[in-house]
Formats: sequence, C-alpha cells, structure tokens
Amino acid sequence: MSTRLLGAPVQRTEDRRLTTGGGSFLDDLGSDACAAAFVRSPHAHARIRDIDVMDALDVDGLIAVYTYDDLTGPMAEPLPLLIPHPSIIDGRTPYALAREYVHHVGEPVAMVVARDRYAAEDAVERIRVDYEILDAVVGVEKAMQADRIVHEGMADNVAAHLVQEVGDAPAAIGAAPNTLELDLEIERSASIPMEGRGVYARWDSARGGGLRLYSSTQTATGVRAAVAAKLELQLGQVEVVVPDVGGGFGLKIVHPWPEEVMVPWAARQLDREIKWTEDRREHFVASAHERGQQQRVRVGFDDGGRILGLDVQILHDNGAYLPYGVIVPIVTSTQLLGPYKPGAYRVEFHSLYTTTAIVTPYRGAGRPQGVFAMERTMDAIADHLGKDRVDVRAANVIKPDEMPYDQGMLFQDGRPLIYDSGDYPKMLRMITDLVGWDDFEEYREQARAQGRRVGIGLACYVEGTGPGPYEGGHVQVETSGKVRVATGLTSQGQGHETALAQVVADKLGVPMSDIEVTTGDTRRMGYSVGTFASRGAVTSGSAVAMATVRLRDKVLKIAADALEADPGDLEIIDGRVQVKGSPAQGMELGTVAVLSNPLRYAFDAASAAATQFSGAADYDRPPVPEDEAPGLEGTDFYSPLRCTFASGAHAVIVETDPATAEVRILRYCVVHDCGNLINPTLVEGQVHGGVAQGVAGALYERMAYDEGGQLLNASFMDFLMPYASEVPRIEIDHLETPSPLNPLGVKGAGEAGVIPASAAIAAAVEDAEGFRIDQMPISPSELFHLRRRHARGEIASVPRRPAHRSLTKEN
Amino acid sequence: MTEELHEIRLRVNGIVHTVSVPARRLLSDCLRHDLGLTGTHVGCEHGVCGACTVLVDGRPMRSCLMFAVSAAQHEDITTVEGLAGPGGEPHPVQRAFAECHALQCGFCTPGFLTLIAGYLEDNPDPSEEEAREAVSGNLCRCTGYQNIVSAVQRAAELRTAEVVGGPARAAEEAPAPQPHSEGGHQ
Ligand code: FES
Ligand code: FES
Repeated sequence: MSTRLLGAPVQRTEDRRLTTGGGSFLDDLGSDACAAAFVRSPHAHARIRDIDVMDALDVDGLIAVYTYDDLTGPMAEPLPLLIPHPSIIDGRTPYALAREYVHHVGEPVAMVVARDRYAAEDAVERIRVDYEILDAVVGVEKAMQADRIVHEGMADNVAAHLVQEVGDAPAAIGAAPNTLELDLEIERSASIPMEGRGVYARWDSARGGGLRLYSSTQTATGVRAAVAAKLELQLGQVEVVVPDVGGGFGLKIVHPWPEEVMVPWAARQLDREIKWTEDRREHFVASAHERGQQQRVRVGFDDGGRILGLDVQILHDNGAYLPYGVIVPIVTSTQLLGPYKPGAYRVEFHSLYTTTAIVTPYRGAGRPQGVFAMERTMDAIADHLGKDRVDVRAANVIKPDEMPYDQGMLFQDGRPLIYDSGDYPKMLRMITDLVGWDDFEEYREQARAQGRRVGIGLACYVEGTGPGPYEGGHVQVETSGKVRVATGLTSQGQGHETALAQVVADKLGVPMSDIEVTTGDTRRMGYSVGTFASRGAVTSGSAVAMATVRLRDKVLKIAADALEADPGDLEIIDGRVQVKGSPAQGMELGTVAVLSNPLRYAFDAASAAATQFSGAADYDRPPVPEDEAPGLEGTDFYSPLRCTFASGAHAVIVETDPATAEVRILRYCVVHDCGNLINPTLVEGQVHGGVAQGVAGALYERMAYDEGGQLLNASFMDFLMPYASEVPRIEIDHLETPSPLNPLGVKGAGEAGVIPASAAIAAAVEDAEGFRIDQMPISPSELFHLRRRHARGEIASVPRRPAHRSLTKEN
Repeated sequence: MTEELHEIRLRVNGIVHTVSVPARRLLSDCLRHDLGLTGTHVGCEHGVCGACTVLVDGRPMRSCLMFAVSAAQHEDITTVEGLAGPGGEPHPVQRAFAECHALQCGFCTPGFLTLIAGYLEDNPDPSEEEAREAVSGNLCRCTGYQNIVSAVQRAAELRTAEVVGGPARAAEEAPAPQPHSEGGHQ
C-alpha cells in the first residue's frame, strides 16, 4: 500500500450486505425452528400461588410448556452474579423462570414452545397464573426508606454500599472559604436498540451432544461459558455464534438472560431447534434500564474556583436484581472526577433494589450521571463566585505535564484510576472556539432584542476505555492470498469488520478487498471477553495489530528463504512480497501461504509447489522447522495494563420558547479526543449516535413507572425516542492525544457522545432561563412548571453571568 | 383449534408468490417467514419505528400494520431485496447510504432505504430540510440521523444523474471514490 490505511475514512465493508437485505440478524436465522414465548408477570411484586396450563394444552401447534418446577440442577439455581464486588451486601439474581416470587413486571414465569410464534402466544394467553400481590417498591427514596422490602430475607433494600475516599474531603470542605450543596438527579432511560434480544438454539445429540447457540449478544464467549455451566456441558460442546446485531448499547453485555438459558435447555429437552425473538413490549419491561440516580454534592472551593473538597452521596436504583453487580455506580463514583483534580474526594453510594426492570450499563454506563453532578457543580461554583464557567473549569483541570495522573482510586476494572494522556486545557480552548463562547453575549443580546431566549452551556468528561482483561486476534493468509481475520468480541454496528481490516491492510500490506473479518464466533476465536466500555478498537484493534506483526514476520522469513534474500530487504506491497528496489523479484502472499504448509499431496498447481519432490530441500532439517508451525497465520493477545482515558467537551446553544417552554437545540458542538483515529468517519458516526442518545436522555426519554411498578410507556408510541426531527446537526472537532498504553495509540470512542449531553443541555437551558436546572430529563411541561415556581420565588435565580473570561485565554 | 388458511397471491419484487396464510398473518411476517425475504425488519410491530417499511404499489407502507391477505389486494410490493436494478446494480439510495456512512448496525436501514426510494420518486431534489422531514417518521438508534439526511440528498444526486444519463453516466458523475474505498466495494 502506498498510502496509509490507518486513519483513512474508508467506506465500510459491512454495508454491502446491510443495504441489500443480506444481513443476517437473529430472527433471520432458523426458518424451521420452533418458536418460544414467555408468560411474564403482570405485577411488580407478587408470590406465585399456582400456574394452570390446562387451557393452553389444546392450542394447535403447542409443543411444550415449562415452569420453574421443570428445572433441575444448575438450571434450578439463580442466574450468576457476573461481577462480584466486596461492596455487595446481598446480591440477588433471577431464576431462569420465576420460583415462587416475581420482582418486576415482565419477569418470565413460564415458557411455551410451539410451531410458530403465533401459536406460542396463543398458548401464553391461555396460561393462568394465580398471584398473591405484594407491595411494589418504586424509586430510590421508597427503596431507602425500607418500609417495603423487595426481597424475602432482607431487612432493607440495600444491595451494595461503598465509600471511597482520597484525602479528607469533609475536613477540606469544612475549612474551605466557600461551600455549596446541590441535589442533582437523573431519571431512568435505556439502551433500546432497534433489534431486541433473541436466541436461537440447535442441539445435536450425536457423540455426547453439542449445542450451537446464536444470540444477539455483546459477548459470545461469556454466553458460551454461562450456558455451558447451566446446562452442565463442557465448553467444547458449546459453540456460540453472534450474527449481525441490531444495536446493543451496553444492554446486550448482560448474560445469560433467563431466555438465553431456557431456549437452549428446551432445545436439548425436545431435541428440536428453538428460537425466541424479543418483541418491543418485552424489551421495555424485561430487558434492562439505566441512569436512575440521585446525587447529593457538597463542595468546598477557594476564591479562584478551585475545588478543595468534594463529597458526593449517590443513591443508585439497581432494579429488581443485580446480575451485573455494581459497575454503574462504581463508574459514576470514579468518572465523576472528569478532567479535574479536586483537593480531596469522598464518594459514597447505596445501590438499591426496587421492583422494576434490572439496571445494567447503557452507553455511558454511569458517566452521564457523574458528569451531570460534576459539571453542574462547576457551573454553580462559577455563579457563586461571579466567574465565567469556562474559567472555573480551567482552574481545575489536570495539565498535560501532570500526565500520567493518578486519581488515587480503583477503577471499574479493578485497576488504578491513572489517566494515561490528554490535553484538557487545549480541549477547553477548542470547544470554546468551536462554539464561539466569547461571542455569545452579543448573540444573546441580538436574540433578546427579537424577543427570543437563548442560552449556552458546556460540559467536559473523561472516559476510561478499553479495559482488560484481554482480547485476541487471529490473522491467516489463505493460499488464495485472501486474509482471514478473527477476533472474539462482537459487533453491533461499530464497523469492526472495516476498522480491523484497516489495521491488517496497513500492517501487512494487502488490499482491503482481500480481507475478511469475523467477530463474535467461538469457532474462530474461543478466548475473548466482549464488547463494552468502548474497548473494541483498543483491545481487539491492538490484538489484531500484534497478530498481524507476527504473521508478517513469518511471511518475510518464508519468502526470504524462497527468494534467497534477507528478510530485512523485503517489503509487502499490495499482497506481494518483493525485494525492496527490485519489485520483479518477489512472490504473491498466496504462494508464501503454500510454502508455509509442506504437503504430501498436490491438488492443484499451487499446492504442487509445496510437495516433497518439488524442489531443493535441506536434508539437515525437518520440513517444518523446530519452533515453527505449518500454515501462514499469526495469533496474539492484547492485555492492557489498565484503561486508556479518552476525553472531550460538548457545548450547546439552545433556544427556549417563551410560551410553550419547548427547548430547541440551535448548535451542538463536540470536541473529542480518542487518541489516534483508525477511521474518522466511523468515529464521527459513533459521536453522532452517542449525542443523539444524549439529547434523547436530556429532553425526551424516561421510563415512566407508576407507584405500582407498572411501566406506563412501554412502547414506541409512548416512549419518546427521537426521530430525525429532534436530533440536531452536530459539529465535531478532533483532538488526537495518542495513548501510550497500546500499539495503535488509540482510545475508545463508542460511548463518548452520550456522556456530557445532559449536563451540557441542562447548563444551556439554565443559561437561557436564568434559574438552576438540577434534574434531567426536562420536558416542556416540566420547564413550564419550573418557570412558575421560579416566578413564585421557589427556585433561586442564577446571577447574571460575566460577559468575558479572564483566565483561560492565557492558557 | 385449527386456523382457517387463505391462499393468496403476492407479487413481490416482480415475482408472483402463492402462499397459504391465516387471516391474522402480518405482511411483515409473511415476507420474512413465508417468503424468506428477511431484509424487511421488525422493530416494534406497532407502526412507529418504520423498520418494516416496504413499497406497496410504489408507496412506503409499514408492513407490520398490514395483513398479508390485504396486501394481496395490491398490485405490487417492493422490499429492500428488490431495490437494486435488473443487473444487480445498487439503487442510488443504497450507494448513497454506503458513501455517507448512513448506517451502523443496519437494522433500521431497509426501512429507510425503501422509504427514501419511494420518496425520491415524488421529490427528486429535496433540500436538506425536506430530506430531514422525509425521514422523520423512521427510528434509528445508531446514527443520530445526520448521515441519513446527507444520504437522502446524495441519493437524489445519484438518481438524477442516472435518470439523465443512465447508470454509466451516473457512475462517471459521481465523485471519484475516496482514496481507500476499495473495502466498500468488495
Ligand atoms: S415494525 Fe412496523 S413500524 Fe415498527
Ligand atoms: S443503524 Fe442501527 S438502528 Fe439505524
């Protein structure tokens, strides 16, 4: 390749199949499979007295009905607690089918298998469950009060409790010249991928039995291990293949879902192919949500706005069960710090059971809440001191010469929270330039003269990306010269097939069109963790790069032997190995692949070249040298020392309608630093999608549970997922501070777009309205009521903000 | 409890199919599971997301809101599998989506492609605002829509070039592929 592919805006290889109807999503598979459907609890909290299936039995096409009583061995035990943590006091997880109690609406109680989904749902409707209805617990306040208890055998609803301290924050706050106290709340939302969950299982009873499982998941190997354990199979008996996945956004990292063990279990029981495809209502009530958190901040700061002590109390709603542990509040606790260095920090969380859908990471995974807390605090400090909001941030950011910067805590991967690189002062300069921060007062005046209300806000974040433990890469050259690449983690639209092919093309010297990438298939890569925490490019990208380097070394060695040249004198250009400076002397990669595998039998002209009588042989060494293996392939694993920290800042200009209180985003600006870019088009796509979810969470989406634990808006009619008419055009500026921790110098990009959106939009609305916004999302009717309360003097005004900055301009 | 079946004829992508379906069979399910045309996706089954959009007599319709038996009363259905030209050359909107990175997971994509293909027949030269308006009835969770809006306009350009000069001309008039776009066309 004459030009570098790394960093180029290459078009995606995925798109051909996905634009022609050629994708294969979960429900596109298994056209002959039977269908599963689930009887789900209509109550938030109840005891099951009886399940009567008699009426269902004469449904035409019914094959089987299962309840908890049919389960034995590990299947009758609760599902695993995936990420144990010492802070967990009582970690409850669900059963595959409810045993005696249900703890949220939508919890599976019985499973039906039938000829097709229509018949299965007919049977589901005819199964009668007799419930003794128990008290619902909705919202963290109710959960904390503990008048009503979610789980039998617990005295309160506290699933986990953790205090982390760096320095003595209460003392620092006590001694500080200025202090503030703020209550900052974010409501529940959810990933809501366009494709819900789905599982398709095929049991093969030959030779001791084997399971092929397809799942719309973010972790093939995780599902394999979890299902194998439940079904008492060896890992070698289970293959998990992840087809095209229609979005995940964190939700699909949870495994095994009840449905994900029930479907393969029943497939084995019945020796039939079974498929379950989640419908939209099931997705709303029975998958997972996130974000719901109340946060109380106490902060002490000096007259320059520098934070001396920060004390944060978090009440986290973890829903009915805790299968994913306490990752979300841990991420909030640590990532709340953002690009800043408070003098001392104390953070405490209570993770609480409620009778609602489980809470597991949704893109951003606790960071949007943490950033909301920190950035709203920054704005409050600025207002308290009469300073510009950018100036206060500039006074608190970590400087480039302080990198690597140790925040003194443990991060969500159990490793130290040490920022590897970043340039936060520059990031602040770039975002203020991009949005035109210093010219805004002029614009505000013009707008005011026209009777319009406008406001500007900004928010910064730091995101730990690419956690371990590891990912692997396998790169193999076929005798045709085609290159097959595999990594274990899965794809949900990120474009891994393209980005990883770029890495291989660049490092090996082959055209993109000769490379085929497979992700999320345990048959091709059995060692893997999964796709979460913006780790695809960092972990699999690095592993594939390292595997390619190994492969390249082998290519050069074999070719050097054949060409009687020095490996150092060879180069690979467009799939051909040749001597530098005399390109006529060389051979195709495919030929090298032939030579790498000494053959006894020829089956075509190419393979004939590798047979025993085909040429000069060295009788002093075996055909495959010691320390070598036949075949032209390279495998390697990348295991990061710790996370690499991406960063960014968003600035938003909004207009609020004086009459209707509607919020319109006039400009949305993003400065984003994810280290070196493998493909800027893909990164920008990730930012666009993230911001769209951020805007959604700030202005439109919430999970509206009533007091009885019923989700009132469990459909796209009522849950306001934004259309194109609601999402603004996004302006992006890239900052590239390479990571020193991995061979590509990359940082994760998947989640960033969503993280600071609620904080930035709240700041802009506040700036337009002139009173504090401490709770998100905000709907027009909520803003309308806030205006009334403000007019009655129930909410404090924010002071008029200074028109000019002092400090940052010199930075 | 056996359901009555109805034999219907559906013309899909120019091919006439005869299938037996119960009256309640949704067109989306019939296309996907009876005819094996799984390119049409189902994101909500209550008519809000638009993932299941197909062209019924040239007009975008939500196939989850239509019974297969009622679809049989129409002349012609086009799904994403039928958008390409007779020689398999991609429809301008399919090319535009790849060029503009207007898809990520691709689950919503068939619905947008059929919608836009139908829209451009009536509005061959939309402004950015019109393009945004045109796609504002379909949900996408991945892209933030910005590149989809660009793709509508790009598709209009490609289509106009095709109508004026035939497919060969359109290819000529399209800007030269990006320097490293081989991967997009393998
Ligand atoms: S599936 Fe038809 S509109 Fe959503
Ligand atoms: S590309 Fe994933 S939903 Fe639109």
